[in-house]
Amino acid sequence: MNAPPAIPADARPRLPRGVRLVHNEAQGGWVLLAPERVFKADAIAAEVVKRCTGETTLAAIVDDLAKAFAAPRDRILADVTALLRGLADKRLLEL
Amino acid sequence: MAESGAALHSPALHSPLGLLAELTHRCPLGCPYCSNPVALDPRDGELDTQNWARVFAEAAALGVLQVHLSGGEPGARRDLVAIMTAAHAAGLYTNLITSAVGITAATMGKLAEAGLDHVQISIQDSEPTSADHIAGYPGAFERKRALAATVVALNIPLTVNAVMHRANIDRIGEMVRLALALGASRVEIAHVQYYGWALKNRAALMPTAEQVARGAAAVEELRRRHHGQIVIDAVVPDYYARLPKPCVGGWGRRSLNVTPSGRVLPCHAAESIPGLEFWSVRDHSLADIWANSPAFNAFRGTDWMQEPCRSCARRDVDFGGCRCQAFALTGDARATDPVCHLSPRHAEVAALAAVQRDDAYDYRRM
Repeated sequence: MNAPPAIPADARPRLPRGVRLVHNEAQGGWVLLAPERVFKADAIAAEVVKRCTGETTLAAIVDDLAKAFAAPRDRILADVTALLRGLADKRLLEL
Repeated sequence: MAESGAALHSPALHSPLGLLAELTHRCPLGCPYCSNPVALDPRDGELDTQNWARVFAEAAALGVLQVHLSGGEPGARRDLVAIMTAAHAAGLYTNLITSAVGITAATMGKLAEAGLDHVQISIQDSEPTSADHIAGYPGAFERKRALAATVVALNIPLTVNAVMHRANIDRIGEMVRLALALGASRVEIAHVQYYGWALKNRAALMPTAEQVARGAAAVEELRRRHHGQIVIDAVVPDYYARLPKPCVGGWGRRSLNVTPSGRVLPCHAAESIPGLEFWSVRDHSLADIWANSPAFNAFRGTDWMQEPCRSCARRDVDFGGCRCQAFALTGDARATDPVCHLSPRHAEVAALAAVQRDDAYDYRRM
């Protein structure tokens, strides 16, 4: 599989209007609500998406996650890039 | 067969994810494939604002995340803004499904202010004259365009719903380009599903096999070309399919539908199956209906199935297909949906699809 295109370090990803991350016990955890679609978000994806406020840069999000999960920064950057590109392709995120 | 053993595997009760709220069956348009039942609920039996607010609160407590405010035309309700506000206050993601005829820019502004999350506008064709003919309403196309512009200007995400059939299926590319030009982030290329009004008009709506093949190729090409620009969701014409659709994600499993007068259905066509007992939100809580109403339990899980579904590897994938379609085409709601190639009645579906006549549409009317 090819690596997704890089995202600029100073991008400030955010959820567009009409996309919301919510926690719901009845549905078993985090879910991303979108136009006529619902996506289950695992704990890691939820931690990433929670930080996509439109105020924090990608670099800061990755730094924060690397610290929170005590994981190598370049691996976090690759995982976050893949997740955010996938969401943006589905029009669930603005970069 | 170990019938008693089968009973031990009674299906776990899932929480519903979505609620389709049919606020009214009134609609200015007359689309010949309308998904409303042929026998429409009259205005004087419609649930009032307070009852809808209660239904939304009960739905949220049950685990419902999204409410689809639909109809008929929801804009025919004078209390639409109050209804939408109540759904939002209950914590639900609110989706307005509209023909765009009957909702003014001012009303849309109020809905946006009240927190409306998403709007879906139906467009009958990319050609204005054909679109208005299909809708049975002169001038409808221009009003849809205008309301779409209002929605986008208010920064509400827009889906264009394009119902496809013989008269417009050759213009899928034009429909997607129109959706892009209108600023939609999503377009549904949804083939007519043959229930209710569409079943009455089947011969006039049915596309040819060649059209269906060209349409499927067009969707694939458009998805590649517009990747990341617009989401293209497609609903296939299942008379030409080999495998049935997993109707509403499984009967009584993911979603419920409340009719204008308050009856609660597993799907919008469920009343076409005779002998089912539906409960009303006027008499029962939504949680009670979801768990205990006879109609919801009629086809839950797999115990109701006959062969070939009962021993099929896909029985938990497509649930035997659509119950309403099984009844409509075989007279037995417990039969395998004949769209499935494993159904003994499968050949009849191709024969029905071959019946194509350019009859005048039998427009949906009250």
